[in-house]
Amino acid sequence: MIGALLTGETMFARILRGILASPKATAAALVCLTLVAAALLAPVIAPQDPYDLGAIDFFDSRLPPGSESLSGMTFWLGTDTQGRDMLSAMLYGLRTSLAVGLTSGLLALLVGTTLGLIAAYMGGRMDAFIMRFVDLMLGFPTILVALMILVVFGQGTWKVILALVFVQWAYFARAVRGAALVETGKDYVEAARCLGLSSTRILAAHILPNCLPPLIVIGTIQVANAIAAEATLSFLGIGLPITEPSLGLLIANGYQVLLAGLYWMSVYPGLLLLAIVFSVNIVGDRLREVLNPRLET
Amino acid sequence: MTVFILRRLIQAVIVLLVTSVIVFLGVYAIGDPLEILLPGDATAAERAQVAASLNLDAPLPLQYVTFLTSALTGDFGNSFVFNRPALTVIFERLPATLELTITALVLSLVIGLPLGLWAGTRPGTLVDESVMTGSILGFSLPNFWQGMMLVMIFSVWLGWLPSTGRGDTGTILGIRTSFATWDGVTHLILPATNLALAQIALVIRLTRTGVQETMPLDFVKFARARGLSERRILFVHVFKTILIPIVTVIGVEFGSLIAFAVVTETIFAWPGVGKLIIDSINALDRPVVVAYILVIVAMFIVINFLVDVLYSLLDPRIRGRA
Repeated sequence: MIGALLTGETMFARILRGILASPKATAAALVCLTLVAAALLAPVIAPQDPYDLGAIDFFDSRLPPGSESLSGMTFWLGTDTQGRDMLSAMLYGLRTSLAVGLTSGLLALLVGTTLGLIAAYMGGRMDAFIMRFVDLMLGFPTILVALMILVVFGQGTWKVILALVFVQWAYFARAVRGAALVETGKDYVEAARCLGLSSTRILAAHILPNCLPPLIVIGTIQVANAIAAEATLSFLGIGLPITEPSLGLLIANGYQVLLAGLYWMSVYPGLLLLAIVFSVNIVGDRLREVLNPRLET
Repeated sequence: MTVFILRRLIQAVIVLLVTSVIVFLGVYAIGDPLEILLPGDATAAERAQVAASLNLDAPLPLQYVTFLTSALTGDFGNSFVFNRPALTVIFERLPATLELTITALVLSLVIGLPLGLWAGTRPGTLVDESVMTGSILGFSLPNFWQGMMLVMIFSVWLGWLPSTGRGDTGTILGIRTSFATWDGVTHLILPATNLALAQIALVIRLTRTGVQETMPLDFVKFARARGLSERRILFVHVFKTILIPIVTVIGVEFGSLIAFAVVTETIFAWPGVGKLIIDSINALDRPVVVAYILVIVAMFIVINFLVDVLYSLLDPRIRGRA
């Protein structure tokens, strides 16, 4: 942080320079940006609206990649069992997957950061209580806890997000608490206290900005984890509803015909899911090297 | 040490109690069991009779106490699907899951440790870079999709291995296992690989980081100065040091293997507890779902407890904390 102040380099510039210095990370970042753009523009660029039942013809079902429909449209990635264009379904699925992944990642960041800051700043019993809870959460595998929450509270998009937030906040809380503990001992915090600033202001305006590096790294990795976890839950049939199929649900549908040799319904959405999770993880790995928060692997 | 263990035990009991309350409220109180148990045209008198026989007309706290006391004696009620005690159904399926997870655990160590050592001793080289990128790919691969691709390649296209089921089992030393028959082994290969892949990636990363952090330490320099061979330094001295974090990871890893067995068993129709829970959720088989959640939570508390104890035995600096 001090180094950044001396060189006048903002955190954003430091991240950008770090990513551009590695060809692998640059490529991964480009893939991420392209996929996010494709998801946002899905209604514009998708050849077909997969939710519009009028546009889908049952006679087009189970066509292999490259086939043409009766109306002359080409299905570059084939069609599913209902005659939907796979490419369009995947673009819309990506939209759902990214929306759920980003929302739950951000909410988890919010909850985790708040609790982590409180733990570090208040110390004592509060700290012990929150961190015991964090340790407990981290002792259970994500998928299992999410599965239990969905079993107990029922299914639905917001419940999936709730489950993902519940299993992810602890990672943020632990990282923020660690970083904030180091910061609270420093002179500038003492100086802010002497100025009579409120605790909330000291935490939000003075300590939090210095805890950002580990948060950015964990935030990136957790978004990848959230996307993968949502896909897994949807595959198991306890995730998102069928009305808005995410990539996981598309793959689950494709699995039912995989043994019959109709590979395109599960291979292509899977590759797309892999592309997004892999590239976000590569970027996250590079961010860790650039920002260097002392994290365990 | 005694205080440490005692504190952990009290905590474990609290966690189990809290879980049981949440599960009870979620599974029993929010949904109405009568909807499932009774036919649609049941009269009010019939409803009241069944509710009374199941103790559903009692106040909620009282119902919880009844639930808890019978749960403590291992009675979670009969499975709606199998019509046998839920706990029995779970324990019958447990060996298949354990066989799968232990095989995956062994695979992840046998493959992950050497690759991690290999990459760790060559920092910055192409080998290091490839192994590390490969390991990111390893845990980015969605577990369920990766399993489907294994089925597609090795069962559908090549026809080398069976795609689903457990195959024949035999008995070795009194334990029923797939390892006893060739058919069993071929059925085990794909699911075990599917389950192990992400863990291999994890073991590689940990070992590599451990080696790279240990190599510059003084004791390695002294070992070199004593003229020990590089091989001996790596496999005896360095390996012993990095084994501490790895031992703890094995515990955590075993946990996530049991969790991901739910996915693997669903794909490969492996008759373990993971497939059982998904089937039970779909069939609204409440007693099995409740028993599964409490058994798994208890299992994890035991695993985490053992890891903590093991860690504090291996590394005395930990003991003061917790």
